[in-house]
Amino acid sequence: MEEPPSHLNDRSRYVLLLPAVLVVLFLSVFPLLLSIFTSLSKIRFVKGGFEIEYIGLKNYEKLLQGSGQRRFLGRFDDPTTFGWIILMVFIAVMIYWLFRYVTGPRRRLFGVLMRVITIIIAVELLWLVIRTSSGRGLPGTLVVTLIFVFGGVAAQYILGLFLALLVTQNLPGKRFFRVVFLLPMMITPVGIGFLFRMLTDTLIGPMAPMWKVAGLYNFSWVNDPATARLAVIIGDTWQWTPFVFIILLAALEGLPTETVEAALVDGANRQQMFRYILLPQIIPVSTTVILVRIIEAFKIIDMPNALTGGGPGIATESVTLHAYNLWRGIDLGTSSALAYCLLFVATFVALVFVNFIRQRLLESI
Amino acid sequence: MIVSYILLLSWTFLVLFPVYWLFVTAFKLPIDVNTGPKYLMYVDFQPSDHAWREMFVASGDLVTRPYKNTAIVGFISAVLALILGSGASYALSRFTFRPKPGLVLAFVVCAVLVILMVNLEVPWQVAVAAGLGIFVLVTLTIGRRLKGSMTNDDIAFWLISQRMLPPVAVLVPIYILFQNFGLLNTYTALIVTYTAVNLPLAIWFTRDYFKSIPIELEESAFIDGASRYQVLYKIVLPLSAPGLVATFLIVLIFAWNEYTLGLFLSGADTQTMPMLVVGQNATRGPQWWNISVLVLVMIAPVVVLSIVLERFIARGILIGAVKG
Repeated sequence: MEEPPSHLNDRSRYVLLLPAVLVVLFLSVFPLLLSIFTSLSKIRFVKGGFEIEYIGLKNYEKLLQGSGQRRFLGRFDDPTTFGWIILMVFIAVMIYWLFRYVTGPRRRLFGVLMRVITIIIAVELLWLVIRTSSGRGLPGTLVVTLIFVFGGVAAQYILGLFLALLVTQNLPGKRFFRVVFLLPMMITPVGIGFLFRMLTDTLIGPMAPMWKVAGLYNFSWVNDPATARLAVIIGDTWQWTPFVFIILLAALEGLPTETVEAALVDGANRQQMFRYILLPQIIPVSTTVILVRIIEAFKIIDMPNALTGGGPGIATESVTLHAYNLWRGIDLGTSSALAYCLLFVATFVALVFVNFIRQRLLESI
Repeated sequence: MIVSYILLLSWTFLVLFPVYWLFVTAFKLPIDVNTGPKYLMYVDFQPSDHAWREMFVASGDLVTRPYKNTAIVGFISAVLALILGSGASYALSRFTFRPKPGLVLAFVVCAVLVILMVNLEVPWQVAVAAGLGIFVLVTLTIGRRLKGSMTNDDIAFWLISQRMLPPVAVLVPIYILFQNFGLLNTYTALIVTYTAVNLPLAIWFTRDYFKSIPIELEESAFIDGASRYQVLYKIVLPLSAPGLVATFLIVLIFAWNEYTLGLFLSGADTQTMPMLVVGQNATRGPQWWNISVLVLVMIAPVVVLSIVLERFIARGILIGAVKG
């Protein structure tokens, strides 16, 4: 029997893949397991070391139902009529989606199960958002983080795409814009936090005269929950739009000139050009960049920490900042439990994005 | 066209104004900062180099040492992430892996055993050898009977999911880990950590890029008798050099600016720049002028590098964008 060509059965695949996998494993397995353990225990610092006591799921219980609930999940109030309407519409859409899948040609038991679980978690999250944002409700750190993630990533993507479309035109000086637009990403996140604290200062910041004219002298706009959150999102957007920008720019630049010319010759108008030429080009890479940004945004900490310190109250405290504050208060157990709750939500959102949204988008082109 | 320029210039202003503010603040005396906004050098305040002196002259190697550390750790970890990452992503884009969940579990169990042994004062070389031995034994004996398999996409998702846990949750475990290896306050600890943290990003960015290189080129090289490594080294890497450069820039920026993990793994000798920046917000309140100096000094090399590499960046990620 003839041997298959050497490059089809060689061992190089393992030589190439394993080093990276091992390095990541080395730094992930042990921390992952140990922090699961710390999240299940109470750690006390005693003379000359520390004492670990296994307490089961008490840390999680505290966060989800006990004394930590108000800070993590928020204060609840009965939803307003508007809240009920949103919830009902969402549930209706979800049921329709499930119905489409079950009656569709590709249904599998596993798929149905996954979709039911997804719908339950998504409705729970929406229910949490609605109850903490209506009436006397107060969003906890989880809802605040979700606001940062969805608000920030949406703004960054739209701005990044818009800027990338602008500089792909044949304008003189576009190389200058490209380098300048990358600048914010290069500044260390903690530095950006300080920078924005300087810029937003109403007394000594550069916009002080404007504040004075507006009668807001000696008023800190980060004292109001809504504007404080907006300030954090603006800072985050300023910092990470370049990341989206450069990757989308590259995708657009990759479009072969012949394709564009052929489309023009065929008399395509602007909308057609965008829909049939540009969109298929940027959708795959868009999904990757959005996924990476969602994952990173869930860990947002430097911006709120330096800009608002999480305040006023806990209005801009992200889950990571919350965990960091607990950690500094030597409550390591609850801090780890909190990190795991965040990991759960982030994984859920990322999986939904990869399996349902990304898949759908890739099939649509 | 005019509209485009107006839009571009307004965003340029939004980007450059904060950087300009850093620049003027770096030359302000504390009194010029604290008595309200001063905008123009020589017009409404006299520039002073006091912050620069405090950072570079008065304090010896207060800045130069962290600066050197940042450069060493940043560059080495970015190069390592790029080499290991592009190898892995090439493998993920050309081969089909079918790892068995059972074997993965066995590996994790062995890793835990090694850690336990190290904690029980077994020398780590012996522990690692023993762990590897057990794993190989398991693979050869019961490995073949295990069922089920994962796909390349599962591996890729697992890799990117390693970035989901917030650093604060893994600080103590990573600290303990490096303490056991006696590597605290060394470059090795920082380099290994930053490489591992950046690998998922490097793999995701280069993977799509490799997928888009025409496979016919490689096949004709194999027919001519080239080995996999020769093809990778002589065809794939040169063809994708722009993409590698772009990825390099991104992972370098991440390692350059990392703060939380570095704070715990480094000591006085290996402190990096972000820690120094945070250190300027001390008991006397934030020292804006010093922070500005440090941030400017920090971004200077990266800006120069990106000007040099800009022409590659665009062409770089672009081919990768063909297939997401």
